[in-house]
Amino acid sequence: MDTIQAILNAMLREAVSPQTAAVAIAAIGLNIHFGFTGLLNIGQSGFMLLGAYGFAISVGHGVPLLIAVLIGFAAAFVFALVLGAPTLKLRGDYLAIVTISAAEIIRYVGRSSLLTDFTGAAQGLQGKSYRDPFTDLSFFGDGSTAIGPLDYQNTGVNGWWVRFVAWILVALCLLVVVLLVRSPWGRLLRGIREDEDAIRSLGKNVFAIKMQALIIGGLFGALGGMIYVLPSSVQPDSMGRSLTFFCYTALLIGGAATIFGPVLGAILFYSARIMIKGIANSYVPDSIMNGQQTEQFSYIVVGVALMLIVIFRPQGILGDKRELRFNV
Amino acid sequence: MSESKTSATSTAATPSSPSSLADPAARQALMAGVEPTPGSAKPDPILVVDNIVRQFGGMTAVDVNHLEVQRGIITALIGPNGAGKTTFFNLITGFDKPTSAKTGAHWSFDGAKLDKTSASSVAKAGMVRTFQLTKALSRMTVIDNMMLGAQNQSGENLFKSLFRPTWKGQEKDIELKAEELLDRFKLLEKKNDYAGSLSGGQRKLLEMARALMSDPKMIMLDEPMAGVNPALTQSLLGHIQSLRDEGMTVLFVEHDMHVVRHISDWVAVMAEGRLVAEGTADSVMSDTAVIDAYLGAHHDTDLGDDALLSDETLEKMADEVAAEEAQREEGPA
Repeated sequence: MDTIQAILNAMLREAVSPQTAAVAIAAIGLNIHFGFTGLLNIGQSGFMLLGAYGFAISVGHGVPLLIAVLIGFAAAFVFALVLGAPTLKLRGDYLAIVTISAAEIIRYVGRSSLLTDFTGAAQGLQGKSYRDPFTDLSFFGDGSTAIGPLDYQNTGVNGWWVRFVAWILVALCLLVVVLLVRSPWGRLLRGIREDEDAIRSLGKNVFAIKMQALIIGGLFGALGGMIYVLPSSVQPDSMGRSLTFFCYTALLIGGAATIFGPVLGAILFYSARIMIKGIANSYVPDSIMNGQQTEQFSYIVVGVALMLIVIFRPQGILGDKRELRFNV
Repeated sequence: MSESKTSATSTAATPSSPSSLADPAARQALMAGVEPTPGSAKPDPILVVDNIVRQFGGMTAVDVNHLEVQRGIITALIGPNGAGKTTFFNLITGFDKPTSAKTGAHWSFDGAKLDKTSASSVAKAGMVRTFQLTKALSRMTVIDNMMLGAQNQSGENLFKSLFRPTWKGQEKDIELKAEELLDRFKLLEKKNDYAGSLSGGQRKLLEMARALMSDPKMIMLDEPMAGVNPALTQSLLGHIQSLRDEGMTVLFVEHDMHVVRHISDWVAVMAEGRLVAEGTADSVMSDTAVIDAYLGAHHDTDLGDDALLSDETLEKMADEVAAEEAQREEGPA
């Protein structure tokens, strides 16, 4: 019984962790790209990494917190412009190719030893070099608080404060997305997803709208990236292709083109992985699968689960089945 | 703001004052003075096309020297498959670029040059098209499809879209207008269905209604009757005629000669990319060039009629063919 309790506790801790919130925000941005506009962005981690770098390097060089956040956003904004300008007039596949390679370029440039002074190269940037201005804002005070199985410092490195801010931001992002997609602008996005030429024939500037969508989703990605690194450190290799695919997994589990889908998907994805890992650790003897292997095993099971979802419930958990019936 | 509001609610949905061309006699009188030759000048052209060439590799798909489309009437564009009708549509609506873009291709709509305009600006200028393969936005509701058609929506601005009060009023007006149009096209009860659940004919109606949401001056229909049952064809014809009577210019591509004869005030014929004839429906249908290129000698006979399969008629046709061949052999000599 204790093992089950321990696994459940671990799942809950993972579900509310700031990194889950960060991936949820990035997936919300991806939802604007993929779910609503039909843009195949396979480089969301590039946006996240740029946001994280912009923020962490600026703070490390003494820039005030708010300005540093804006610099992170600006980096993602420019990235979106540069990626979108040549590709958004072409067919969707081109954007996919360009985004995935651009995200890799960002990662490789970040870990290049020439930039050690700025990005810390492959070692990355230590959390303590940029975290203080953020934790100084905390009004939670010192000490620690326990709520059920969750026991964290009030402020600290990875405590209640960063969780509180991260989930408040998730809520804010959801609010912004609700306002955006329920407006005529959101209607245009869905129109573009369905048929660009039809929208063009109705006198709308499709290129401009797609660019706006790419930028907005990218800014969400940058915000996710900043939250992702707050409780830990900026590690270019931890924000590579796999992170993009985690975002996609979260989005597809929850349901693309739904409001809450990305958040629900992120929570389920991370806690399910912990559950699989916990079960494999506790019940499978080490001679068959050791601790390191359970980690990999958990990703394999999640991958299979993703395939099953895409095959048997392509609309995700929250999606509308009716909508998919007309998918041609 | 107030300006865009009024523009979004005007005309189309509420039938405006009937144009003077609603009277068939007036139209006949107007077009009687026009020479029935390819590229002839019209009294009041809304669309003027000059020297527009489109080549795909070595193949010339469109090569139109001069074409004028008269304002306020229904003009039909006919021609055999592969004559370049749809390519011509794509070119003048900005969906394709002419090969002759740098060597003197010009076309103007309602006095404004369109040489380098994008598809969206062409639509904004007031020339809206539909597609041969209907482009209904399947995973959106019928009413959403319609509301996308309205122009100058302030809620389509990214920053204003976040603030509902800035577009709520306009949205209401647009929805009312969309409902009126849906009612007119008998689609109102389908309002909240996904467009993907509509039948082929209903999608054609939806596409036409959506195009009308933008209050166009000219509407270009690419095979509006293809795959539509006879009853629906009749109501579509009625809709097209009522658009004309409200003062809109209609240019449409069609293969059904009964339809063309029934509603068009003027007919332009394309073959192998070129404009080969122009004139009223009757004069064009008796034009030998048109008969050779497109209609065939028996376009007036009903091919579904079994009487046609009698030996007598077959013999008669064989004789005709033999006579034609003999004539052709004589020709070059």
